[in-house]
Amino acid sequence: MSSDISKKPETVNNAAKSQTTGNTAAKEPFLRIAKKDTTSLKNKILIRALSILFALVLDALFIFFVTGLNPFAVYGKMFAGTFGSSIRFSWAMRDLVSLLCIGVALAPAFKMKFWNIGAEGQVLMGGLITSLIMVYFGQSMPTWLLFPVMFLASILGGALWGFIPAFFKAKWKTNETLFTLMMNYIAISFVACAVNILRGQASSLGKLNMSTKIGWFPMFLGQRYNINILIVVLLTFGMFFYLKYTKHGYEIAVVGESENTAKYAGINVSKVIMRTMAISGAICGLCGFLLVCGRDQTISTSTAGGNGFTAIIVAWLAKFNTFYMALIAFLLTFLSKGAGEIASAYGLNDFAASIIEGIILFCILGSEFFINYKMIFRQKDKKGEN
Amino acid sequence: MECAIQLKHVTKTFGSVVANKDVSLDIYKGEILSLLGENGSGKTTLLNMIAGIYYPDSGEVLMGGQPIEIRSPKDAYAHGIGMIHQHFKLVDVFTATENIALGLDKREKFDLKAVKKKAQAICEKYHFDMDFDQKVYSMSVSQKQTLEIIKVLYRGADILILDEPTAVLTPQETDKLFEVIRNMKKDGKSVIIITHKLHEVLAISDRVCILRKGEYVGEVQTKDADEKVLTEMMVGRKVTLNINRPEPKNPIKRLEVRHLNVKSPDGVAVLKDVSFDAYSGEILGIAGVSGNGQRELLESIAGLQAVEAGGSILYFNEGKETTPMEVVGKNPRIIRNAGIHMSFVPEDRLGMGLVGSMGMIGNMMLKSYDSGKSFLADRTKPKDLAEQIKKELQVVTPDINTPVSRLSGGNVQKVLVGREIAAAPVVLMTAYAVRGLDINTSYTIYDLLNQQKEKGVAVIYVGEDLDVLLALCDKIMVLCSGQVNGIVDARTTTKEEIGLLMTKLKKEETANE
Repeated sequence: MSSDISKKPETVNNAAKSQTTGNTAAKEPFLRIAKKDTTSLKNKILIRALSILFALVLDALFIFFVTGLNPFAVYGKMFAGTFGSSIRFSWAMRDLVSLLCIGVALAPAFKMKFWNIGAEGQVLMGGLITSLIMVYFGQSMPTWLLFPVMFLASILGGALWGFIPAFFKAKWKTNETLFTLMMNYIAISFVACAVNILRGQASSLGKLNMSTKIGWFPMFLGQRYNINILIVVLLTFGMFFYLKYTKHGYEIAVVGESENTAKYAGINVSKVIMRTMAISGAICGLCGFLLVCGRDQTISTSTAGGNGFTAIIVAWLAKFNTFYMALIAFLLTFLSKGAGEIASAYGLNDFAASIIEGIILFCILGSEFFINYKMIFRQKDKKGEN
Repeated sequence: MECAIQLKHVTKTFGSVVANKDVSLDIYKGEILSLLGENGSGKTTLLNMIAGIYYPDSGEVLMGGQPIEIRSPKDAYAHGIGMIHQHFKLVDVFTATENIALGLDKREKFDLKAVKKKAQAICEKYHFDMDFDQKVYSMSVSQKQTLEIIKVLYRGADILILDEPTAVLTPQETDKLFEVIRNMKKDGKSVIIITHKLHEVLAISDRVCILRKGEYVGEVQTKDADEKVLTEMMVGRKVTLNINRPEPKNPIKRLEVRHLNVKSPDGVAVLKDVSFDAYSGEILGIAGVSGNGQRELLESIAGLQAVEAGGSILYFNEGKETTPMEVVGKNPRIIRNAGIHMSFVPEDRLGMGLVGSMGMIGNMMLKSYDSGKSFLADRTKPKDLAEQIKKELQVVTPDINTPVSRLSGGNVQKVLVGREIAAAPVVLMTAYAVRGLDINTSYTIYDLLNQQKEKGVAVIYVGEDLDVLLALCDKIMVLCSGQVNGIVDARTTTKEEIGLLMTKLKKEETANE
């Protein structure tokens, strides 16, 4: 990116030169873009590091000239958003796993090239069922039974929400992108309706089973949500293993690459689509269970909080590798925590913080271009010949 | 002779692949030039740089001694250069006239009648046969090609580039095309033909230029050339161009296809009452203009295609010749599990036979991954198989985990054929097994098929090059409009007979419809 800018003045010079020389010869294009064959790991790291550096410089300019603050102090605050104290770090991890869990859920569907953008709804269905069981059966069930029941029911709820669009896709080739998207709105309406019923006369829903704490995760290493972290870490490993080493994982990869090849190999494509989406939905449903029991102890239409969509970015950037997903999820969480911290510490409005966050994200994503392509500039010595 | 266009020291690279390296080429006015080379030797890339599709990394293009710049097909047309690509660039739902009018300059008046009149004049001049009100989707491949040529002439091209023009034509259509090309030459136009078919080079061109691995090897006047000389220049060493044809030994019926009818998803009949037998130790060739039911026939046998009621495909296993098994109604996995040993090398290698993003190991697993009761997929046996195929067939790949889509066409086919043969088939079906492969790999494939034949496998070979079909096969079945239009003895038939069977349905069969 930096080279692009530094070359700009030259364009003007060259154009002027060629005009004055009358330009009889053919003119080579100023800039050509060619695909790179491979990029060494060292170069990849170097390019990414440069992109972050470049982002920090751009952000510093923005901070200094627009907000008038000291960029280094702002960066310090940003860093403190995640690493400022042990509780901050713990919160960041909590938010990270909420995002990562959905990313892991999307991995098998996306690997199959089934664009499941209904994670939001699948999470909500899992959370909704968990809440309903917590409220209506919490008293009548012993704890050792309640958790397995909520666990299984949330998985079933999410799996159903994932299975429906897959069924229609497998049978009638409906468009899964639209279908899963629309299913989100149905789930949101269900949740809105349930929240109204659960709330009764109260002005807001508040925490469910506030007095009895029935159905809340127990404290584990000081926080209820540490159980979420543990489960998501296990899921991340499990999903990696499932996709890489099992027969199911192989089938998913083949179906994703080419349905014709899958049929040629004798794979039942419809079955694989439905099974995989049920798994994808099930993990989303499980995420809903974790959010309700481990983090919020309540349900609302914003329980998933847009993570169902952010996770799509996570899954794509990680190229469906669950370990890379953890890294990407960390980056996104770090940025959003940092942006929130800046906004509150300096009284900036959210937009300014978002711009800072956006510039970093833009540069990191933009660096992929330089990893995959190279730019060839017109050679200077050739100009001399004219 | 005067130069129409010259290329000077042109180099073009894609990533680390050098497609053309320091190539210089002169094209004269009023000549027919053949650009000959194996697949991947950079023929198309080189001419794409004249046609404005690519821009050279270095070197220049000269016209009338002056360097010119061609950055887009539009620039190419402005210089009177037109290219007819291998894959036609026509709008299916438009008529011929409308397709020609697409290329009109924005400043020109959009007058379809005038366009048609001018195009008709071109037709008369060069003896084309074209209905200008016909929609493209209802045209045959040959008609589409004619339309492409008219389109290019309409825009005033003096230099015509034809990329593998005969690949999709029958012998008769090829003759017609050559007639047209000669007419264009008489009119003073330069025609460049990209091809790897030697006999066509000898039949049509005045001069041959040869490329090998992206480099210019040399030129020959066609009158001084013969197939042997050209092959040696093309491949870089002596090659024997004879295909072996051992006599079938003790043929036993392995496959009996009866009254096979297949309809496309739109309800159009693509196979009509197809019946034939395949015997062990024989290669049964299937000829036909592409799209006449070859694909559907093989896919029906492989269990990939729904078949209309009443048809039957019987498979006679080794040692169980008295108890044939029915294939119709089974999917590939059921067929496999039933103990039917059929292998199928489909036409679409990376889209059906292989998984492009996986390496050799992953692709070896394709048909065996579900064996065993374990939840995990076994990778050790496929790995051994991949190593073995890599060694035996000399597959060039950096690693057996390199995605096969990154391999060259010939190596991709070796991986696929290797896997299918390793399954020890009783019936082996191949569709266009050598399409796009260079001469060496093609001969490797012919040898492999012959080895299978001698082992007693019933081989079905769907092909497009009639010379090869005639030299390799024992019998040739010709498909025309989804019907069996004749089964002939490959040792006694002629190219003309097959060409006729490919295009003209026999009377008694048309009467039956």
